[in-house]
Amino acid sequence: MIDFGLSDDQEALQRSAREFLGAECPPALVRDAATSDDGVPRELYRKMAELGWMSLLVPEKQGGLGLGTLELALVCEELGRVAAPGPFLTTQLVIAALLQAGTAAQRATWLPKLMAGEAHATLAYLEESDRHDAAGVQLKATKSRTGWTLSGTKLFVPEAQGADLLLVAARTKAGATGVSLFLVEPAAKGVRVKAQQGVDVTRKLGEVVLKNVVVPKDALVGTEHQGWPVLARLIDLAAVGIAADSLGGAQRTLEMAVEYAKVREQFGRKIGSFQAVKHIAAEMVADVEPQRSLVWYAAYAYDHRPKDAARAAAMAKASLGDVYSRTARRSVEIHGGIGFTWEFDLQLWYKRAHANEIAYGDPSFHRERVAELDGY
Amino acid sequence: MDLTYSPEERAFQREVRAWLKANVPKKDKADNPLESADKARIARAKVWQRKLFDAGYVAMRWPKEYGGQGADVMRQTIVNEEMVRARAPQLLGGMGIQMVGPTLIGHGTEDQRRRFLPKILTADEIWCQGYSEPGSGSDLASLRTRAEIVGDEFLINGQKIWTSNAQNADWMFCLVRTDPDAPKHRGISYVLIDMRSPGVTVRPLVQMTGDPGFNEVFFEDVRVPRGNLVGQLHDGWTVANSTLLHERNMLASTTRTQQILDNLLRLARTQQRNGKPASKDPIIRQRLADLAIKVETMKLESYRQLTDALRKRPPGINASVNKLVTCEINHQLARAAIELMGDYGWLGKKDARVRDAGVWPNDYMFALGLIIGGGTAQVQKNIIAERGLGLPREPRPS
Repeated sequence: MIDFGLSDDQEALQRSAREFLGAECPPALVRDAATSDDGVPRELYRKMAELGWMSLLVPEKQGGLGLGTLELALVCEELGRVAAPGPFLTTQLVIAALLQAGTAAQRATWLPKLMAGEAHATLAYLEESDRHDAAGVQLKATKSRTGWTLSGTKLFVPEAQGADLLLVAARTKAGATGVSLFLVEPAAKGVRVKAQQGVDVTRKLGEVVLKNVVVPKDALVGTEHQGWPVLARLIDLAAVGIAADSLGGAQRTLEMAVEYAKVREQFGRKIGSFQAVKHIAAEMVADVEPQRSLVWYAAYAYDHRPKDAARAAAMAKASLGDVYSRTARRSVEIHGGIGFTWEFDLQLWYKRAHANEIAYGDPSFHRERVAELDGY
Repeated sequence: MDLTYSPEERAFQREVRAWLKANVPKKDKADNPLESADKARIARAKVWQRKLFDAGYVAMRWPKEYGGQGADVMRQTIVNEEMVRARAPQLLGGMGIQMVGPTLIGHGTEDQRRRFLPKILTADEIWCQGYSEPGSGSDLASLRTRAEIVGDEFLINGQKIWTSNAQNADWMFCLVRTDPDAPKHRGISYVLIDMRSPGVTVRPLVQMTGDPGFNEVFFEDVRVPRGNLVGQLHDGWTVANSTLLHERNMLASTTRTQQILDNLLRLARTQQRNGKPASKDPIIRQRLADLAIKVETMKLESYRQLTDALRKRPPGINASVNKLVTCEINHQLARAAIELMGDYGWLGKKDARVRDAGVWPNDYMFALGLIIGGGTAQVQKNIIAERGLGLPREPRPS
């Protein structure tokens, strides 16, 4: 039986997330976080943890909500709708890594703090080459008697500034199967986190320099040399999360345009009565509305259709990247001059759309993946 | 959310697949355009629909008493998917099955349903749509074909235009003006006209594709029994809108779009470009993946809308979005095919070296026709903006 809709519980989660964030995450909070060093709105994150969002993916017997990627996507959509700052998604990626490949000891050390919103985490895999494949991982990890020594530089690390824990992809051997994943604390000796200036003011972006950083044996997540498939799967999860965020953001920028077109008057008429404006708005609806299905499916496939998960994530990421940017741009156009100002909040979404389009693989990258997976 | 088939559904899927494998005519695959002037092809299309009907695969969701299967939506979905897979030919009776049929189920009398529905399914009676007139295109409600009530009959005079497949049709569902003094939306009635009635003249119009796919239809003192009125007298606009909604859904069918995508991918893998398959060209790959994503999105969207419908949630302006988006994708698919073929892309459909039996140059034109037909893209955008978003209506001159 095809039942391609949300359950009552999922709809309730969606509603409560929308209400909560509508009240707790106004644009003023987003702007405040932007001016802070680490970009983490701690009070908001504490409340999100109380709602159980931080532990959404964690099985119930480990103290979490035991929900799936679809629920995660619903929360991401609502966070995107309010352009919420901070390391929610990045932390979820590391939690997913721990659940998937971590040892019991790693989970015992980190899960309680991450679930409580007391610690935040992110994934550091890209380097100067900006290659999104295994060959891009060149940061070196050398094995010693007591553990590992890591040296190299990671770039484009989302929320690096607010992270208490980094999951670092490192090269332990030449070739595609030579990638391993390590837990690294930014507080460790030899780690330096520097801000990169990203275009997206709602989120932070950082550079992580590791200089002879010594980590113990049990910092290794998963099997030595076998980190790439784990990482690839985490990037798919990131793609689904960002796609969902983009859906919420696109929907919000569309709504803002429509609200404005209903009140703004020119030539003695509401501008929304002109077909030139109406048709832009209609195109935004036609663009955005069907995307929900793509996001839902990518989230569903991630948990339930392993063979189709990568393809569905790539499709959602490529499509939502385009659609969010296009929708935010159209919204700015409908707003006219006011939409172009720093003061008016729409710029927050326009910039987030820009970042979402590129983070975790841009649309061309993911379209090529679809072509590859479908055997063109 | 659950997208897995039950064991019964899987068994049904196997059954349909096997049946299609044995029965889809080799000659008329889906990518072969159905031309109205090709009488032999029209005859084969009727045979094909009859065969499909006998197997129980046409309009499966219709109630049993009218010749349907009373089947659930899953079975219909499985049949649709398998038809794509098997490249089964299009149905000739689409206007009957997808437009007037559902309208009669919703607004017709019991007599009308029993009289007309079974023959729609078997393709014994083919239908056409009498909506547009020379002076009434997007402003459909301004139509002027008159129907006077004389005794137990309507006496019809006037003209329809762009009437697809009228030359092969047995019946027409038609909008006529029954009250010229009422405001334009309130003086219209919806009647069913036997195309063999005295006074009906069909004159084919040649489309851009070269096929006389649509027609002008003239009515000169055509007599139609009162019993052929659908819905209330003067309330044809309500009924017409119901049909228009069904039409948008038909034009937005993702089944056909998936077939076109499959054909495009097949072409891209075989057509050489710079000495290698076009599908290996990085720019073409981007294009194909982009289209594959769009088609997948609309397929999933149809599942979501189906689920909403089963949950009795109002469809809103979905049909307009579907029509707008899907017809645009169909055109883009043909456009991509034309572009990846290089010089083979500007061969006409009858050239000996044309690829895929000339379906692409034909589709490149035909798909544009469907962006206009069934309510232009611009009309759909007005509907989405005004009814969907609540933007102020266009000021209407009284």
